[in-house]
Amino acid sequence: MNAAIIVFPGINRERDMAIALARSLGRAPRMLWHRDDDLTGIDLIVIPGGFSYGDYLRCGAMAAQSPVMRAVRAHAARGGYVLGVCNGFQILTEAGMLPGALLRNAGLRFLSADCHLRVERADTAFTGHWQRGAVFRAPMAHGDGNYFAAAATLDRLEGDGRVAFRYAEADGTVTAAANRNGSARGIAGIFSENLRVLGLMPHPEDLVDPLLGGEDGRPLFDSLAAALAA
Amino acid sequence: MKAIVTVMLKQGVLDPQGRAIGQALHGLGFATVGEVRAGKVIEIDLAETDAEAARAQAEAMARKLLANSVIERFEIALA
Amino acid sequence: MTVIDAALARSFGLNAEEYDRVLAIQGRTPTLTELGIFSVMWSEHCSYKSSRVWLRTLPTTAPWVIHGPGENAGVVDIGDGLAAVFKMESHNHPSFIEPYQGAATGVGGILRDVFTMGARPVANLNALRFGDPQDARTRRIVDGVVRGIGGYGNCVGVPTVGGEVNFHPAYNGNPLVNAMTVGIARRDRIFLSAAAGIGNPVIYVGSRTGRDGIHGATMASAEFDQNSEEKRPTVQVGDPFTEKLLIEACLELMQTDAIIAIQDMGAAGLTSSSVEMAGKGGVGIDLDLDAVPQRETGMTAYEMMLSESQERMLMVLRPDRQALARAIFDKWELQFAVIGKLTDSGRIVVRHRGAIEADIDLAPLADQAPLYHRPTEATPPPLPLQTPSDPAGLAAGLLRLIGSPDLCSRAWIWDQYDSTVGGQTVRRPGAADAAIVRIEGHARALALTTDCTPRYCAADAAAGAAQAVAEAWRNITATGARPLAVTDNLNFGNPEKPLIMGQFAAAIGGMAAACRALDFPVVSGNVSLYNETEGRPILPTPAIGGLGVIDDAAQAVGIALRPGLALVLLGSTAGHLGQSLWLREIAGQEAGAPPPVDLAAERRTGDFVRAQILAGAVAACHDLSDGGLLVAAAEMALAGDVGAALLPGPDDLPPHGFWFGEDQARYLLAVADPAALLAAAAAAGIPARPLGSTGGRDLTLPDGATISLHALRRAHERFLPDWLDQPGV
Repeated sequence: MNAAIIVFPGINRERDMAIALARSLGRAPRMLWHRDDDLTGIDLIVIPGGFSYGDYLRCGAMAAQSPVMRAVRAHAARGGYVLGVCNGFQILTEAGMLPGALLRNAGLRFLSADCHLRVERADTAFTGHWQRGAVFRAPMAHGDGNYFAAAATLDRLEGDGRVAFRYAEADGTVTAAANRNGSARGIAGIFSENLRVLGLMPHPEDLVDPLLGGEDGRPLFDSLAAALAA
Repeated sequence: MKAIVTVMLKQGVLDPQGRAIGQALHGLGFATVGEVRAGKVIEIDLAETDAEAARAQAEAMARKLLANSVIERFEIALA
Repeated sequence: MTVIDAALARSFGLNAEEYDRVLAIQGRTPTLTELGIFSVMWSEHCSYKSSRVWLRTLPTTAPWVIHGPGENAGVVDIGDGLAAVFKMESHNHPSFIEPYQGAATGVGGILRDVFTMGARPVANLNALRFGDPQDARTRRIVDGVVRGIGGYGNCVGVPTVGGEVNFHPAYNGNPLVNAMTVGIARRDRIFLSAAAGIGNPVIYVGSRTGRDGIHGATMASAEFDQNSEEKRPTVQVGDPFTEKLLIEACLELMQTDAIIAIQDMGAAGLTSSSVEMAGKGGVGIDLDLDAVPQRETGMTAYEMMLSESQERMLMVLRPDRQALARAIFDKWELQFAVIGKLTDSGRIVVRHRGAIEADIDLAPLADQAPLYHRPTEATPPPLPLQTPSDPAGLAAGLLRLIGSPDLCSRAWIWDQYDSTVGGQTVRRPGAADAAIVRIEGHARALALTTDCTPRYCAADAAAGAAQAVAEAWRNITATGARPLAVTDNLNFGNPEKPLIMGQFAAAIGGMAAACRALDFPVVSGNVSLYNETEGRPILPTPAIGGLGVIDDAAQAVGIALRPGLALVLLGSTAGHLGQSLWLREIAGQEAGAPPPVDLAAERRTGDFVRAQILAGAVAACHDLSDGGLLVAAAEMALAGDVGAALLPGPDDLPPHGFWFGEDQARYLLAVADPAALLAAAAAAGIPARPLGSTGGRDLTLPDGATISLHALRRAHERFLPDWLDQPGV
């Protein structure tokens, strides 16, 4: 079971992600510079957070056009696992690997604060170590995390069980107040059709250590470790 | 020649930036301001001299990178 | 053709005597480029000509200090073979003219000072002072500065973990933006700026040069007037994406042995970096400006030498490693150009389009830089304190104080700063008296804070500056960490006025005494003078950035209460209300002497508190500062979302003096075993007093009043969002 983290210029949460993956997988992931496109032997590709290419045109737009993304698409088409967090989620939508887009936060300000996420299904490789309906805490750190998709797309995502996480109160109720970036239907993360590609805005990788405030994010990585070992 | 690509959010996509600008304009006393939409303009110098070819290139660029068709539309002008 | 004479020199900020000295050194009329070089190198910003004589009196050494002032940043040994590299720097004037870019480029500049030395930046802090919230400009400035700090820091991926904010009308039109960066390096891999090796290539890396910020250094050395708002073209624009690439490229190159010397291009860009590198190395330098990567066409030598385009560095490389270095910068898609070489001439020679545009002997440029012993005048004592009765009562007083601009929750600001990137932030902003940032792969962590109470400094600059140092030391101590060293950012008005120079001299004296008594040397810093608008100076603001270390991050404590604990007050309370926030906000007076600072008591009490924390006896700890004891208790309750019931104070003090007085050298502790703590304090000769117990959902005051945590939180959190989130900023 091998994980690789793709490093685009301007990415800045690759170290956080490497630490979280190493904790659960028991070995350090490969750091893959965006000009390498040899993904041989890689089971899980992670696109971490940051500001690829400065987020200058649209968040994730330029990274999505990078040659390595062809290899990532091929990996996903073969049924490989892909995780995109924050800028990684934006890149996956810009690359067309996940539907919708991430707009400017409704309040027009960068949001760096903990949020609560409700786990919408627990029978996937990413969420198996949670119970359905479980609530966990994760730091958000984004200016453009307001999930948008056409109503028909949202209906289809919900109908197909492809909503991974929603912003919620600590008790699991989905409220407008908990949805601070204004995402459509409180959606914080979504799956691909085959449930093997996950994109989400908050950062579970920054909450995997009791000393840093808790291990709320750890089940994501433990789930992946179990899925990859199977 | 120069291609000027204007990228705007599609109608129906919430534009909080445009709304904030509109509110600010109202606050400054511009009472007649209706809806405000904010977008971006990208100027591209092209070695191309043929207008049709330049337009075609700019369109390809807009489709591939400059605009995200999920949320945005674009217009091209040549100068 | 520009006529070069004393009048032009004056417009560049050089007085008649300084211009005469230029003529003497050159032996002829200088060229425009030469005049530009002299004017920036001799500006207050680069030469410290008014402050140097005083700065020399600060203590700067300790066994753990590796590099004190004089390098790009201070360097201290933190154990495990590692060093902390840190500095604070102002971007006050640019932040008034264009708040977003001014603050953003301030963050970018201080980051470069730190990674230039081979350190990976791991934390940013900001000490901010804004004008009266009632002043129409203040809202736009706060909004822009906060967005700018976030916009830059978030993108480069360095967590912003702490800082402070004050409001006062004295900062109307003169906000202070003091940015601090802390980095970590291997202690045997520190990079310095002294050039060496005659014939070695001088390399330019980073962004291209444009006409940004020309004469920013001289602008930072002049007062504002009504025309300042029109100086917009000199404002630089920051590019945090390029900075991120520059950090990674430089740190990658620093893994090799290619770099002989390296210096960032900050104020006065190419001029100050090349002059300082050559000057420190005792060599000459030849620059060929035709080779400088340029963003605009038709730039003159004068413009290129004075440009303050951001995200650029100058290096001297081993010639045999040039290809290796170029490959690294190519990989990161950054400019890499050989723009000159070192010579044995002792001169800086600048060539452009076949002509020599500047030729200056470096030794007199440095040695004959102006140095002023400016006259000082003591500040008259503050208005006497009219001993106030309490018009409000404890509960109403607390609710008003905790909702006031200087004490209200800073969450609106922190929520715009990424404080967790890097995955090492053990205590985020507001969770402890100092931010705690662990060192990746180690148990060890840094404790970081910035502190200053300008209203104390205005009343008595010596006592106020000593208090700033003591509070920084206390904030680090209150987490359990060992304070190691400080960086300072000395913000004052026009030094040509004896009263201002008197404030400066007194503040240095107060700082020096406190730094000595607390073994807390100054290792880096920045002076920002001429902070005046139309003759009205800011409050004297010697901001202190403190750094400490704790061997095991798991031992650090925060301020959050937990239920079932006892509260104990350590240190002695005289009920000092002079210059307190209670006096200003509730009694409507800004009067009296600031609280006296007893450095021996600070040391004794702090060392005791730290030992108790490291022994595991303390669950939460908060130093007492603005607002005094009751505000501290309320902040601890809110941080833990746990209530407390407070016991009455001593009979010989009025309740408002005891609960809102700002006596120094005090801490409020939450402990499981108060008897043991009281016994230990008695044995150590530290005054200690049981203050109550924790639990429930209310804060119960000694007069029987109760305030629910909900009401307390509403009062605390309302001000900034209500003020700043209205439409129309």
